Amino acid sequence: MEVGQLQRQFVEHTASMFHEGFLDGQFSQLQQLQDESNPDFVVEVVSLFFQDSERLLNELTRALDQKCVDFKKVDAHVHQLKGSSSSIGAQRVKNSCFNFRNFCEEQNTEACFRCLQLVKQEYLLVKNKLETLFRLEQQILAAGGSIPMME
Amino acid sequence: MAFRMGNSSTKCSGSSKNCLATGNKFSVLVVDDDPVVQRIHRVFLNRFGFETQVVGNGKEAVDLYCSGASFHLVLMDMEMPVMDGPEATRELRGMEVSSMIVGMTSRDRDSEKQAFMAAGLDDCRVKPLTADIITSLLHQLNIKYQY
Repeated sequence: MEVGQLQRQFVEHTASMFHEGFLDGQFSQLQQLQDESNPDFVVEVVSLFFQDSERLLNELTRALDQKCVDFKKVDAHVHQLKGSSSSIGAQRVKNSCFNFRNFCEEQNTEACFRCLQLVKQEYLLVKNKLETLFRLEQQILAAGGSIPMME
Repeated sequence: MAFRMGNSSTKCSGSSKNCLATGNKFSVLVVDDDPVVQRIHRVFLNRFGFETQVVGNGKEAVDLYCSGASFHLVLMDMEMPVMDGPEATRELRGMEVSSMIVGMTSRDRDSEKQAFMAAGLDDCRVKPLTADIITSLLHQLNIKYQY
């Protein structure tokens, strides 16, 4: 595929991620922090987010599977996931954590379990889309092009 | 007023050549248990010309101060393991630490935010950290340290 086509795909994909609410302005702030002294900053931070989220989602699954659920522990994990998703601009993941915390306070196991499924779903969606974005970046650079700057 | 970086295994970064600081060198201690937030805060603050050190909970922050370190600004997360933000803030103020301590919280639960302020914060901001927040904190720091 030629560079121009790849660049157009990149722009369209990025725009749709913002338009559909997968990403918010915080992601743009991270992109602006990337420069020659931190050339892979966005990929590094997002990779950290993936690792951290997968750990937290596993912990949440384990915690909600217990006979006697420790809601304080569940709440702490959700809080951390909310914090890290908000700091990279993963808006839909962040939003899916809001109700989760309320149900922790109510100690409603079934509702918490449903929230966990929703959070997992949103996480997998944004992960997939970000991986596509990074793949397009690599393809553009490999073809000798430059990454379009987003407004 | 002399400011020294503490003894810690945490790497202390210098400023980026693209710093947007007023020209004054401020030191900041980031206190947060989230590795994603730690990474972002470090690069963000370095970009604004801060000398940044990062620790993972309130106890590490208190231990740093006990070891003789001091910072112009402490960015204190609220919920952390071992020692949370409010407790660490109370400890630091009990040690007569006069650094600017700014809490970083989530938007929900105003009562918790008020309790955090009552622990001795100079200010409390909502996460995530943004360029606007840093600019505003720089302004407050310039006034506090009368540069």
